[in-house]
Amino acid sequence: MADYEIPDDLSFTHEDEWVRREGNNLVVGITDFAQQQLGDIVYVELPPVGSTVSKGDPFGVIESVKAVSDLYAPVSGEVVDVNTDLAEHPEAVNEDCYGDGWMIAIAISSEDELESLLDVPAYRQHVDDRSD
Amino acid sequence: MSSLLRTPLYETHRRLGARMVEFAGFEMPVQYRGVLAEHAAVRERAGLFDVSHMGQIELEGPAAVATAEHLLTRPVASLAPGRVRYGLLCNAEGGVIDDVTFYRLAPDALLLCVNAANIEKDWRWIARHSPPEAGARNRSDETGLLALQGPLAARVLDRVASPAASALGRWAFARLAVAGRPALVSRTGYTGSDGFELYVASSDLVAVFEALLAEGEPLGLVPVGLGARDTLRLEAAMALYGHELDETTSPFEAGLGRYVKLARGGFIGAEAIARRHAAGETRTLVGFELLVPGIARAEYEVAHGGRTVGRVTSGAPSPTLGKSIGLAYVPPDLAGVGTSLDILIRGRACAARVVETPFVKTTPQPTGTGGQ
Repeated sequence: MADYEIPDDLSFTHEDEWVRREGNNLVVGITDFAQQQLGDIVYVELPPVGSTVSKGDPFGVIESVKAVSDLYAPVSGEVVDVNTDLAEHPEAVNEDCYGDGWMIAIAISSEDELESLLDVPAYRQHVDDRSD
Repeated sequence: MSSLLRTPLYETHRRLGARMVEFAGFEMPVQYRGVLAEHAAVRERAGLFDVSHMGQIELEGPAAVATAEHLLTRPVASLAPGRVRYGLLCNAEGGVIDDVTFYRLAPDALLLCVNAANIEKDWRWIARHSPPEAGARNRSDETGLLALQGPLAARVLDRVASPAASALGRWAFARLAVAGRPALVSRTGYTGSDGFELYVASSDLVAVFEALLAEGEPLGLVPVGLGARDTLRLEAAMALYGHELDETTSPFEAGLGRYVKLARGGFIGAEAIARRHAAGETRTLVGFELLVPGIARAEYEVAHGGRTVGRVTSGAPSPTLGKSIGLAYVPPDLAGVGTSLDILIRGRACAARVVETPFVKTTPQPTGTGGQ
């Protein structure tokens, strides 16, 4: 069985995104499980700074050699920062999904929305449920 | 996934860390370490593929050659024993039932290698058009198939094959002992790199695979899954049935006219293909590269001057070129190299340009003449 890194200090979504709170913003990326499932990532499409995203709606696209997948917003709010390096170096998502592979930062508009995020044990269970 | 078929190498793939996916009813490895690394290994060193899901149909008997001549778009009688050709099975309307390789095993015996997804269909078609004297047999279940591809493939194979495989010329085959097991080995492949395909009994498949892996790994050989198989064949602009080809496709629009011997006639579909070709094809398969970031996937629309003019059949990043490439059907007047096209990616028009194919030029061909 493959091993998946799940850092202690993050929260997660059912769609395999991680979020890290930085002040009033949430930094968003995809988890180690997600990047391993996708395989070699060759293209990432992200929204521009200043756009707004809605919780649960697609905010971007990530493509591996074989497949196209949507990225889902973990919360609603304005996009305040975007990792533009991923346009040139999408492989950063494979190499460092919790660091250089971050995707966007969203200004939190509703603290209530954070309550539906998964903590580490809940996310680990969600991964285990799909692993063989 | 219990209803899926597995090759004898299933446990080996799992042990090697493969991710398994459904393909044509089989549970097959899509990748081991990663598509890009496996792709690069084949282009630079060597890769080993389990493609035992593909089908094998034999014809053996006094009517075998005449039957094959009736079924295939290329001549069979002129094919010398020890040689293999690529050709098409077509229906009466000139549509492609399957693209196959066929081996002249003996004066009265042939082996056809067919696509996994088409085994049952091809078998029904061939059986229907074969008299008992053609001795048609579906040997797919008892036959394993490995592909050993890459510039170091001959060096790897020579370490375990007797006599040496490197003497084989392109499109030649011979019966060798590989790791002590009988194997039919052809200098063919589906990657655009030099290499071999090895037909072995299903019961010998694991032993031959393990021997090639053990001998090859010190030279940089890796196991390769279907993911890289697809990007490799796309760089070589080789058709994939179900993408570039189906039963409505005419061989000429697919760029496969050179595999159709219209002057010969007498094969199923010959009249219809000649008629469609004389009337002028309505679409042509072209290779394109994207000029902006993104990936053109199969089924995306192709536009020109704001009007939809065609459809992408295959698309992927080319690991060798570092560009995004694809194949698409477009009207013949838009097929010229350099023509500007737009690929509609999630509704956005992305600039593309028609380029020459193959996208990646094949490696120098072997000079051996074995099997001639």
